[in-house]
Amino acid sequence: MAALMAILKRDLALAYRQRAELMQPMLFFILVISLFPLAVGPEPKTLQLIGPGVIWVAAILSSLLGLERLFRDDFQDGSLEQLMLSSTSLPAAALVKVVAHWLTSILPLIILSPLLALFLHLSEPMYWALLKTLLLGTPLLSLIGAIAVGLTVGLNRGGVLLALLLLPVFIPLLIFATSAVEAASMQLQYTAQLAIIGAMFLFSLALAPFAIAYALRVSQT
Amino acid sequence: MWKWLHPYAKTERTYHLCQRLLPWFSLLGLVVILVATVWGLAFAPMDYQQSEAYRIIYVHVPSAVLSKSLYSAMAIAGFIGLVWQVKTSFMAMIALAPIGATVTFVSLITGAAWGKPMWGTWWEWDARLTSQLILLFLFLGVISLYKAFEDKQQAGKAAGVMAIVGVINLPVIHYSVEWWNTLHQGATIMKFDKPSMPAEMLWPLLLSILGWALVSGAIFLLRMQNEILQREIRRPWVVDLANKNAALRENK
Repeated sequence: MAALMAILKRDLALAYRQRAELMQPMLFFILVISLFPLAVGPEPKTLQLIGPGVIWVAAILSSLLGLERLFRDDFQDGSLEQLMLSSTSLPAAALVKVVAHWLTSILPLIILSPLLALFLHLSEPMYWALLKTLLLGTPLLSLIGAIAVGLTVGLNRGGVLLALLLLPVFIPLLIFATSAVEAASMQLQYTAQLAIIGAMFLFSLALAPFAIAYALRVSQT
Repeated sequence: MWKWLHPYAKTERTYHLCQRLLPWFSLLGLVVILVATVWGLAFAPMDYQQSEAYRIIYVHVPSAVLSKSLYSAMAIAGFIGLVWQVKTSFMAMIALAPIGATVTFVSLITGAAWGKPMWGTWWEWDARLTSQLILLFLFLGVISLYKAFEDKQQAGKAAGVMAIVGVINLPVIHYSVEWWNTLHQGATIMKFDKPSMPAEMLWPLLLSILGWALVSGAIFLLRMQNEILQREIRRPWVVDLANKNAALRENK
């Protein structure tokens, strides 16, 4: 347990010291979203219609950009190998690393989301629905994404490959999340969508750490 | 059962098994597919609603059926490889992947060609079409992950993990897409009201599914042999085989 806390602290400290690198996916997130009003026109009605989808797609894309950081540095300087050799269980350690990554590179995106909701003229109920889906859904992005990052970490050119592997897998999440926001925009219940996202999250929380650990072992050989 | 299966972890045995099975699959497959296609395209009765255009069903349905079975077969092969560390299983997995991708692509293309006269559009964001498209992406993801590794053993393991992630996700994708579509445009959803087919139409269809399966099997056997030869190129038995074939050719 102490070891896991140490990993968490270390990862948070490292992230804090590499603030500039952390900023990049965030800036990308804002930039992508501000391109849409320019591309489709500033009509508030249109923006409100496409808004939830745009925010979610941008969140998925920028989380893909940030995901690579998850294991890359540790893999290159050998500390990942040390982690595998240590007596800490690797699935638990991987989970802690995913948590640290979510806290440092996804949570800021969620904190930024009110601003983007303003950009895209989302109504207040829509924003609350969006926030809930982001809070429940983005950990799922990190967990599933970490499997693919673990598999590609040894390749040194994972970027596009990572997107190719992960985007199809994220489609259900995207569908449920955006439909929740859409339901909210029509003043409808959206607990069903949230429940499904929550179920997917819990399912991957139970299984993904083992898959991540296995993926890291495959990459390490 | 294990005693019976174990020898096939050895590539040489598997190679010769493929060799023995190949003529059965290829000849039988060719005959069946020929009979089914001619029967379906020329002799099956015309559909009273869709007239002649429905005949593309004899290509479309077999490819759509096979695309999902090939994905499951690929994931099962990957799973066996991961759990029991069987090298040949990874070879089977990667031999299946391009066949599956091709078949999925064929089903999309024929679906588009069928959609044009029937629905008046090449592409509709219909649940089935979309999930088929995603299936194609999943196949391509597995293939490109496999190709990205230098070390093929490692590549097999990585692609196997990804295939299994995909297979867990496949039903979720299927239902989510179905739900998504009905949510957005319940009124205009394009759904086949499947008339229970008359036997004269159904038989060639079943036959052509069988034919496609057999031909895919034959292609799989060929690809499997190829994969084995490429991976084991330095093994003595492969060298012997190559020498024997060269000698045969010279004698001719």
